[in-house]
Amino acid sequence: MSLRLPAFPFDNRRVVGALFLAPALLYILLIVGFPFLLAIAFGFSDVTVGNTDLNFVGFRNFEAVWDNAIFRQVFETTIRFTLISQVFILLFANILAIIFTQDFTGKWFARFIFILPWATPVSLAMIGWLWMLDTKYSPIDYLLLQTGFLGPGGILSKDRNLFWLASPDLAQISVIFVQVWRMTPLATVILMAGLSSIPTDILDQAEVDGSRFMRTLLLIKLPLILPIMVIALLFSMITMFGDMTVVYVLTRGGPVDYTRVLGLYSFQVGIEGGNLAQGAAISLFAFPLLLAMAIFMLRTASRAEVR
Amino acid sequence: MGLLSWILTNFWALLVIALLALVGARIAWRILKYGATRDELRYVLRRSPFYLLVLTFCFFAIAPFLIMFLHTFKTDGDLYRRPQPFIFRQDPTIEHLDALFNNTAYLDFIRNSIVVGIAVVIITLVLSLPAAYALARLTGRWGERAGILMFLVYLVPPTLLFIPMFRIVVLLGLKDSPLALIVVYPSFTVPFSMWLLQGFFKAVPPELEEAALVDGYNRVEAFLRVVLPLSLPGIISTVVFTFTLTLHEFIYGLVFIADTSQRTLSVGVPTELILGDVYFWQPLLAAALIIAIPVGLAYNLFLDSLVQGFTMGAVKG
Repeated sequence: MSLRLPAFPFDNRRVVGALFLAPALLYILLIVGFPFLLAIAFGFSDVTVGNTDLNFVGFRNFEAVWDNAIFRQVFETTIRFTLISQVFILLFANILAIIFTQDFTGKWFARFIFILPWATPVSLAMIGWLWMLDTKYSPIDYLLLQTGFLGPGGILSKDRNLFWLASPDLAQISVIFVQVWRMTPLATVILMAGLSSIPTDILDQAEVDGSRFMRTLLLIKLPLILPIMVIALLFSMITMFGDMTVVYVLTRGGPVDYTRVLGLYSFQVGIEGGNLAQGAAISLFAFPLLLAMAIFMLRTASRAEVR
Repeated sequence: MGLLSWILTNFWALLVIALLALVGARIAWRILKYGATRDELRYVLRRSPFYLLVLTFCFFAIAPFLIMFLHTFKTDGDLYRRPQPFIFRQDPTIEHLDALFNNTAYLDFIRNSIVVGIAVVIITLVLSLPAAYALARLTGRWGERAGILMFLVYLVPPTLLFIPMFRIVVLLGLKDSPLALIVVYPSFTVPFSMWLLQGFFKAVPPELEEAALVDGYNRVEAFLRVVLPLSLPGIISTVVFTFTLTLHEFIYGLVFIADTSQRTLSVGVPTELILGDVYFWQPLLAAALIIAIPVGLAYNLFLDSLVQGFTMGAVKG
């Protein structure tokens, strides 16, 4: 019944290792490496949806993109959104990770609720927020209206609505808030992994020495998970930097260009506008930044391993 | 319908009563166990800020989902005329749920998402199970480098690749076919699951494999008959998270497939259930909620396992 494999090649560690690794590696190189090279080739060409010839045009696309005032604004917006949201994500994720590594009644249910924003497919969760932030029917506006913050004599506005996604400032705040809302659970989970990997003997020793909760937290736990925190930070930065789903569903980049981010702009120019070459050039501008973040992250991770 | 309607019309009162009852029961239980001493009261008081904090976070997390739930059952008149989003002034209705399943392509979206998800999970497992094992046990220095390369690939966002991939998909004649997604999705699911599985494989005691080798198994057999069965719980959670990754994906689905009946959930719901500027809010919100709940439950069930895999793979690497 049992099929015996010939001994020789299959008992050699290196041969089996190479055989096991090769299919996955080849598939990934084919499906990511090739399109990546093609993206670079597109960036230096004049390819469009209609015209499929690849004519080399040098740096023309990159120059055109860089000289474009809209692109500058989009680039700046992307970086600003990413950085501001990370501050809040890291703050909340730390609090939540500490909460969820404790034991308490109702933990299972609380964890289910707090994980929902991350578990829900982004585009579907955004439908909920699209309604929450609706120009006319927003439930948030309704609450503010009832409590006297809105409407005649209101503190925030005399109007009955705040027009969340239609006013430049509020639209930006909304997008950042929603990003924090959906990304905090992921950062929390990574931090939970860090907290639960702290050797228990260290914590036991601290308890024996009479260290209280806050002291243990600030002097032992947080310094120990610092490398993990950097990983969580960079992970969510990279995810957010490459995201276009949130703004695609919520604002399509509006009002005007105030919430347009790099991924969305590249989609609008490359696919909706049909200018594949320039779309590719736009998204390539993100690459050096992403690469720098990834390398920094890996260095931090390898330092974490040494400990 | 009678019960549902009663629950919906008294939703907030019931929610508050349920919360108070749970808290009360918990305190009563503690008092029965430890007696109504001053220490016990002090304990309850000392714990309450913690629970208040948990409740606040929970409220922010669940707010849009509560609204989704209530609005699913609202009539058009109740929703749009002098809106009061939190209560029902007209009787709840399930006509919008009915419309969602019978008059829209929602069931097609679900079917497409499941087909794509299962196919991608199979491809991902076939590729990443042996590869993750190789990284965990078989290869030395260069294997580690290959692992880092894989990790870097996972960080290349779809927004960087979708334009050339769109071109390739068109050239291969796969545009508007779920097959395009089945071929492309492993580009992020394989690195993800390799990274997770590697952690689970490292958790298997090496002595067991060595015992199998001594018993005359070769490396491949030891992997198939010892390591795989022992890491089954980890493999199952990898399957769950891989499936949900495909469920979440938006950009490729949006760009590669324009045909309504071939679209997946994450793209179909926000694009096809909106006609121009006309939003069918109740079906839209219902469509989102129906997917959110089971995925949330699955995440919660397998979260400990994910945390464990992450810890083993990344921290103790």
